[in-house]
Amino acid sequence: MDNINNTNNNLPDQFDDEQSLYDSVKIVSPGRLVLRRFFRSRLSIVGLAMLIFLFLFSFIGPLFSPYGEIELCPVAREVRMITQGQFTGADGKIYKYYDVSTSIVHDKAPPSSEHPLGTDVDKMDVLTRLMYGGRISLRISFTVIFLETLIGVLLGGIAGFFGKWVDTLIMRIVDVFYCLPGMPILLISSQIIKSISFIAAEDRIYWLMGILTLFGWAGTARLVRGQILSLREQEFMTAAEATGIKSSAKIFKHLLPNVMPQLIVSMTLGLGSIILYESTLSYLGLGVQYPLAAWGTMISSADPAKGTEVLNYYPNLWVAPGILIVAAVLGFNFVGDGLRDAFDPKMKR
Amino acid sequence: MLKYIIKRILLGLLILFGTSVIIYFLVRNMPADYIDRNTAARVSQGLITQEQVEQMKHLYGIGDNSFWGILSNYFTWLGNLLKGDLGISFVYGKPVAEVIGRYMWISFGISFTALIFEIIISIPLGIYAATNQYGVADYTVTVLAMMGISLPSFFLGALLIRVFSLELGWFPMTGLRDATKILTGFPAFLDLLHHLVLPMVTLVVLSIGSLMRYTRTNMLEVLNSDYIRTARAKGLSEKTVIYKHAFRNTLIPLVTMLGGIIPSLFGGAMITESVFALEGIGYTAYNAVLQADVPFVMGYNMFLAVLTVLGILISDLLYAVVDPRVKVGG
Repeated sequence: MDNINNTNNNLPDQFDDEQSLYDSVKIVSPGRLVLRRFFRSRLSIVGLAMLIFLFLFSFIGPLFSPYGEIELCPVAREVRMITQGQFTGADGKIYKYYDVSTSIVHDKAPPSSEHPLGTDVDKMDVLTRLMYGGRISLRISFTVIFLETLIGVLLGGIAGFFGKWVDTLIMRIVDVFYCLPGMPILLISSQIIKSISFIAAEDRIYWLMGILTLFGWAGTARLVRGQILSLREQEFMTAAEATGIKSSAKIFKHLLPNVMPQLIVSMTLGLGSIILYESTLSYLGLGVQYPLAAWGTMISSADPAKGTEVLNYYPNLWVAPGILIVAAVLGFNFVGDGLRDAFDPKMKR
Repeated sequence: MLKYIIKRILLGLLILFGTSVIIYFLVRNMPADYIDRNTAARVSQGLITQEQVEQMKHLYGIGDNSFWGILSNYFTWLGNLLKGDLGISFVYGKPVAEVIGRYMWISFGISFTALIFEIIISIPLGIYAATNQYGVADYTVTVLAMMGISLPSFFLGALLIRVFSLELGWFPMTGLRDATKILTGFPAFLDLLHHLVLPMVTLVVLSIGSLMRYTRTNMLEVLNSDYIRTARAKGLSEKTVIYKHAFRNTLIPLVTMLGGIIPSLFGGAMITESVFALEGIGYTAYNAVLQADVPFVMGYNMFLAVLTVLGILISDLLYAVVDPRVKVGG
């Protein structure tokens, strides 16, 4: 696309007398146009700000935190235990009694200046664990999306470019993966990963990333193939054909750059959904393993099935990770939507 | 048309074959299957021997865990499937089809009601946002809808339980019925509804966003088309233009979207059902995975895959039905 502007710059000499008019027109490259449209939308700026905050929080934040991810910080606090009982006295009446005892516990400290969000069930600092949880979530989502795109572009590109039986074969494989039910398959896969003895508990999440990739590339492949099929029929591709360039040049110089806009949008939106998948798996205890921190695991302490103590009395343990998940997914969605509008030449705003 | 449908169904069967092979191999590789777990105690006490356990597994068609063993077991399973037999669930001791049928309707009831609410709320909101494009209303609706999409179901569920059940005490926390009372007839139904309010709200909030944004995008596209300009030029009122001319045409893509909803309509919401401990098909399947109930997990996953294939086919056909410009075939 940049070539168009370069040719415009080198105007033939006979246009010299119109140079003054030409100078007054500012030439904007398509990339800059997209950026300008992107920043004109308020939602994309909000989304971008949220993502920048999350990145700083997760990757720079731990440097300023006095505690480690799995460092125990016992904070003593008094807990009053009221026990109730009854006995039958010597006179035959039933007596009830209450006994208030004070005991000292060291976990689930309330928010204080040392621990802004308190400490959790295992005496670890909640704020610090939030930061490390963000690291894991962001790292996983970017890795998975990168791998998914790599496989998707490769297979979708081959299918769309070569057509015929190659296309049929690849698209049937895509269909098969597309019909696999996502969540149940992830559950089963993580059970299998859990049972394989040579995978250490802290490495399981990397295997899970592989599984997420394996079951997620089909969508990207479909998108790329569809785009390439429609691009192949356009005039500029006929022109490229006429110049007699190699297939690889046609793919990498002419087709892929035109698929990029859609690809970038779907990648950005995909980042959010991977974070949701990862946190759901962690919530179910199948993702990131204890003692490593993950947002989903932190919320799972409030699971109603595990009793209502944390859910009811310690919102500082599970509300913040939930808000951060929403912020991350929302941020990626806002940016993705903003990019979609910015790339769309029909949008005149 | 008929030829096209037959071709698509045959293709669907091919896809399902591939899907079933992948699922079968995954399911068979699940750790500590149900039989191992339930016989471990008796084996260690010496009541039954390991050979008997192996024999039992063999009877259930999950004896051999080598590659070729699983492959031959797969074809046994496939043969039974073609005879309409999905096997017998280990946990429930009943045919898998019967178990799915029993729990499916609970999930279907919940999802279907949620779907109706979703449509009632999101379509008008989408139209409203589109007609006020880039206005305050548009931004508010869009942001709220996006927040709904971004919420993890377990977090929203926990929040709702915390506020409306524990704090305010308006709704029961989990389950489908009040275990402390014996109710029949209409009061029992009311009790059921009372239990379903929070799960329903969760499902609706989570799904409203995508349908609303979909409506908004389509509405915007339609509003820019020539026949809308014609309608306005004729001097029709804005109300007629939007609700009679534009709205009808936004329904075309919406109808095709309904095909994609089919799997979640019948397949249940695994996480939401687990959070609220609702005995739907999703919760049942989740527990089945944890207990390695091989026939049931297999049956459930295939059920979902069939629904997905059907959903795609139905939406393609519906597209041709509602939009006469689209020709099916080829």
